[in-house]
This record gives sequence, C-alpha cells and structure tokens, in this order.
Amino acid sequence: MEVIKVFGSLVKDSIDTITHGSKKYHLWMALLTFVMLVGMYCYSVQLEEGLSVTGMNDSVSWGLYISNFTFLVGVAAAAVILVMPTYVLKDVDFKQAVLIGEGLAVAALIMCLAFVVADMGGPSVLWHMLPGIGVFNFPNSMLAWDVIALNGYLLINITIPLYILFRHYQGKEAKPKVYIPGAFLSVFWAVGIHLVTAFLYQGLQAKPFWNNALLGPRFLASAFAAGPALIILVLAIIRTHTPFKIEDKTIKKIALVVTVAAQINLIMLVSELFKEFYAPTHHSESAYYLFFGLHGKNALMPWIWTAIPLNVLATILLTFHKLRNNFKVLFFACFILFVAIWIEKGFGLIVPGFIPGSYGKIVEYAPTSIEIGVTLGIWAMGAFVFTILARTAIGIEIGKLRYKK
Amino acid sequence: MSDNNKKWFSLNLNFSSKQKSSSDSCGCGKTTGGCNSSTDNDVSHEEFLDAAVNASIGEERRKDGFEQVFDVKMDRRTAFKKLTASLMIGAGAVSTSCSMIAGEETKEKAQIDWEEQFKGNYKLMTDEEKQGTVDRLVRSYQLRTGKNISMSSKNAEEDVLFGYAFNISKCKGYMDCVNACVEENNQDRDSQMQYIRIHEMKEGKGFNFNEADDNYYHEVPAEGHFYMGTQCFHCDNPPCVEVCPVQATWREDDGLVVIDYDWCVGCRYCMAACPYDGRRFNWSKPEVPEEEVNKNQHYLGNRMRKKGVMEKCTFCVQRSRAGQNPACVEACPTGARIFGNLLDPESTIRWVLENKKVFRLKEDLGTEPKFWYFMD
Repeated sequence: MEVIKVFGSLVKDSIDTITHGSKKYHLWMALLTFVMLVGMYCYSVQLEEGLSVTGMNDSVSWGLYISNFTFLVGVAAAAVILVMPTYVLKDVDFKQAVLIGEGLAVAALIMCLAFVVADMGGPSVLWHMLPGIGVFNFPNSMLAWDVIALNGYLLINITIPLYILFRHYQGKEAKPKVYIPGAFLSVFWAVGIHLVTAFLYQGLQAKPFWNNALLGPRFLASAFAAGPALIILVLAIIRTHTPFKIEDKTIKKIALVVTVAAQINLIMLVSELFKEFYAPTHHSESAYYLFFGLHGKNALMPWIWTAIPLNVLATILLTFHKLRNNFKVLFFACFILFVAIWIEKGFGLIVPGFIPGSYGKIVEYAPTSIEIGVTLGIWAMGAFVFTILARTAIGIEIGKLRYKK
Repeated sequence: MSDNNKKWFSLNLNFSSKQKSSSDSCGCGKTTGGCNSSTDNDVSHEEFLDAAVNASIGEERRKDGFEQVFDVKMDRRTAFKKLTASLMIGAGAVSTSCSMIAGEETKEKAQIDWEEQFKGNYKLMTDEEKQGTVDRLVRSYQLRTGKNISMSSKNAEEDVLFGYAFNISKCKGYMDCVNACVEENNQDRDSQMQYIRIHEMKEGKGFNFNEADDNYYHEVPAEGHFYMGTQCFHCDNPPCVEVCPVQATWREDDGLVVIDYDWCVGCRYCMAACPYDGRRFNWSKPEVPEEEVNKNQHYLGNRMRKKGVMEKCTFCVQRSRAGQNPACVEACPTGARIFGNLLDPESTIRWVLENKKVFRLKEDLGTEPKFWYFMD
C-alpha cells in the first residue's frame, strides 16, 4: 500500500513538473505536439487509403519507416554503453549520464515500435503478433525474435531507471543488489536486439546486398557510434538548460567510446567496399546502384556521397585528442556523425537492398510527403517522450522532487 | 454448430473434454442441413472424416486462434488476466449485436464482422472451423451485394504434389495466361496486379533478365526475341514461409504455398524474402467490378482480398484441387504450360521431367522450386 501511495505521489509530482516550465520549454513542447498532430493526420490518410500513399511499391517494398526503425534500434542499443561502465564496471563517472541514456533508449524503442506499426498493412489485426493471443512463428521468423527482443529491452529500460528514481524520490539509496542483475541483463540484451535486427536482413538469401556476414557486427559498430553521439548532444543541451550537473570528464569519456566505435565502423566500411568493388559480381549491383547509379538511375547517390564524407570527417575530428577535447569541435563531430550514420544505415542500407529487383528491374524509391509527415510525427513523439522522462528524472536527481510524507 | 465450435467469447476454460466427444459425431460439425449441405463442397463424406482424423493428430491443429490460447491449463492468475481482457472486448460485441436500432441484417453483418475479426489462423483450424468461416464469408458477401458466391475450403488430397513446367520454345508472349489469371483470381484491376510476368528476352543473349522487358506493348512474337514466364514457384523450401512472423503463409501438403489473407498483418517481410518476385501486396483496397467477379472461390485462393494484405499465385487452388488445370495453363494457346501431379508417374509433368533437360531459376539459393523450364 505504501508503495502505491508513493508511486501515486511520484506520478502527480512528475505531471506537475512536466506541465510547468519556462516559456522556451512550453514552446518546445507545443512545437512537438504540433508536429505529432500533423503526423497523426498523415497517418489517418494512410489508414484510409492504404500504403499506396507512400512511395513504396512492389519492387521497393520497405522504405523510410523501416529505415528509421533500423537506425533507432541502434540508438536504443547504445544506452548499454553507459550502463556497463556505471553499474557493471563501477565507474561512477557515468552515473548522472546513465539515467539520461536509458531515457533515450526508452524513447528510441517507442519510436521503433511506432515505425513498425506505421509500416504494417493491417494494424487492426496486430494482435496476431502478440505472444499468447496470436500465433507466433517462433523461432523461425527473425521478426518474431525482434518483437520479443525489443519489448523485453523496453521493459528492462523502464524498470531499472524507475526503480532507481523511485528510491531516490523517497530519499533512499537504490540497492545495487536489486538493479545490478538487471543492468547485466540489459548489457547482453542490447547487443542481442541489434544483432537480431541485423539478422532480420542478413538472413534473406533473396537480397545479396544484405546477405553478408559483416552486417551484424557493422550494425553494432555504427550503433555504438551514433547512439552515444546523440547522448553527448543531449547531455550538452541538458547541461546548459537545467541545473543538472554533468562533468566534462563524463562527456569526454563517452566521446572516447564514440571515437573507437566510429573508427571500427570505418574499417568495416572499407572492407565492405573492397569486397563489392575489387572483384564485382552480379551480387554487387546493389552497391553499384547505391554509389554510382545503374543505367542512369541514381536517386541515392547524393545521399550516400553526403554520408561517407561526413562519416570520414567526423572520425578524423574525433581521432585527434586535441580536437576531440575541444567541446565545440566535439559537438559538431557528433552531429555530423549522427546524420551520416542515419543516412548510411537508414535508407542507404534498406532501399538499395531492393534495387535491382529479383529479375534485375530497377524501380527507384522516393518517400512521399505523407510518409515524411508520419516519420517526422514519430520523431516528435520520441522527443516528447524523452523530454517528459528526462525532466522527471532530473527533477528527482537534483532533489527538487521528493516524497513528502 | 457443434460443441467444440465455440467462438472465443463463449469462453469456457475447461472444454477440452467436450472437444474430444464431438469428434465421433458428424465430421462436418453441423447440426442443421446434414453433411456437405453447401452444394459446392465437393468433398465426399469419407474424405471429410479422413481429413478430420488427420487433423486430430496434432492437438494444435484442432483449435482456432482463441482456443489455442484458452484451451490450456492455466493458473487462476493468468486465467483472470485473460478473462478481464476478453470481457472488455466482449462488452463491445454485446453492445453492437444488441443495439435496438439496428435491423436484423445489420446485426447479422456486425456479428459476422465481429467473428471474422477475431477468428483464428486458418492453418490451425479444424475442418468444421474452416467450414464455419467459409459460411460466414459467403453470407457476408450475400448481405453486402445480394449476390451468391460459392467458396470451398477443400484440403489438400493425399498423394498429390503439384508441379509446373514451362516450355521456353513454345511461349510466344501472347499474355493470354496473364489475362486469364487476373480474371480467374479476382486481382485488383486498379493497380493492374498480375501474378505472372512474361519477360521478353533478346535472342543470342542467353537468359539475361537484366535486359529483358516484362512490360511490353507491341505485336508478338517480336523478331529476334524469346519469352519466359515467371510467377510464384511454390518452392519446397520457401523462404517466404520461414520469415512470416505470424504463420499467415505456409506450404500445404500438396505443395501449394498459400496465404490466409485474414491472418496476414501486412509486414511484407515475405515479399523481401522471396527471390522470385512471387508475392504481391494490396497497397490500396482491391477493386473488381461486380460483374467481373469470379464467384467460384476457395478460401486460400481467389476469394476477395482486402487492403494491406499479401497475395500470390496459388496454382489456382480453387481449380487444381477440383481436378482442373490452373487458368494460365488452360488459357495458353501454344501449350507452353504444363501442370500436374508430380507423384503420379503417368502425368505429363513427370514425362517432361524425365525426358527433357529441365532447369530451375536461382537453384543455388536452396529454395527447391516446383517450377521447371525446358526447351523442345
């Protein structure tokens, strides 16, 4: 009973915090709400008309939604990069950052699930997918694995921070005995969700562009670059706009993680390019389409040639200690790295998998405005969820929110 | 309706015992009208019983989606959880079906829609349940359009494995097969969905799909070209079936790879997994003019589809299981298409496989298509 009372008070206090704030804060939330409403309108059009309002077609049957889903799984998985040193290796440096990281993971996972639902042809029969009520094709289908992996990860990432914040809210210390096993589990689980998501594509013999043993490891490397890069940017914003203290040391340590991951990612990219272009086979056509275009069709060329230089530039900037330790350079590098990986692992990975088609036909893909509207709406929802979570967490951590008996 | 044909909302957590007793009653599970009262069901009584016995071998195959869940031993806590969830949905059902304003037909429509929305996966249904959903769909069509259709739920026959052969020398690219397929299978006319693609290839370039044209509009056969058709190859090891997260697509015992349109969630993973471009998606609501609807239907075949689900060639299951050739085979004016039972040593398809140099597409992928090409 006591627990329920405290929890009720926590919810009340947190609603109080998220509905009050500076003008800037309200403006931010209003903006997000507006974008979400636009997204909802676009989705209602899609529900009414069918997926024909998107740019997807019989040839390129996955597009912007699945691209964003793939990328965001990586962002979610990257939360582990903060969990591990804090709880498992007992490096206290990250303690303030870890709650933010887990909040980010929760927001990213909610976005992932929203993107999957947006991509479905029949959202009204989604219950067929629920383990227990539906018929699950486990363990054969990688998508069934992914549903379990993502929802499990979401659960872990909600419960651990909730427990810690709940204790802190009452002015008590969180018991490591309770949350350390969960933290350990989440470390393995994070690697798991990203590998499973990679296997989703890697396991298709029909798509040589994806059917590639490096896909899984490369997913991990790019995730551990893009995810923590985003966390650095978010921490930078939180540092300047709230009294929440995040030390330089913490950011520098996360930057080191980003650097190593970005370097490994680049090595793997070189290995992939070598394989595709040194001795090109019939199976290299997708890569040719992506980088150089095929038969005069080259819709993805501008994107990939933006992503690769940004990726290389960011990695170079991060590699030099002097540049990395200059925060202005660091934030810039993190930003361009994030954008580069979003392009490269989003539609730079998904769309060329379908081009050329099974019998060599080249049908290009470009998202429609409805599709872009839904996508922006889901991103706004993610930002909205994260803002709410972060605001409550920060309130508790700086001691502003406390349970009054 | 027999006892074991319970719908999900007539919840009975302990009816596994009842279910057994009903299997020795009439196989079709109907109490009115006798067995096979639906005129177009051409399964004989024995066959029906046989199939029922077959179905009872696997416990799981006897139950539909909700029974698969509810007909299990569970502790009170889980039972409670599931009960609350279903009661909430049930309240909605009651309010629709008990509304005073709605007329009889509206009520019946609502009732059918409701049962259809929450029915189980066809693959796991008993024969009675299959008949039940087919009856509902026929009635629903009648209520909506005033027209009668016949729909079969005939299962695979024993000792049948369907196979297909395509004679590249004979095909002249007339596309009669494509037209016949569209008409037979009630494909969406708006998006001009076609299961079959005819690739026009240049002589002397070999099988070069990259330079082939599968969308030609000129007189055929064109000088210096030959033609090759592709469609779903009904693989024996189909990658599309493996990847489906909800088992909405599967390989039947006679080798047909089919889809339960009502169970499909529309994720299009199967479309990405198929190396042969054999699957189609309904990007919009499929439209077929009422007078063009083929009313001889099969649940797994050419019945009307809805928006947002996958569909594909079924070797015209409504025809092939009734002993006929698929529409494409029948329509082909040159005799390039050969269809038959691979297990029958006397069949034409077996003669082709034994006497011609046959090959299949992308054999290195290990999909084992049951669709062979050959030349005279």
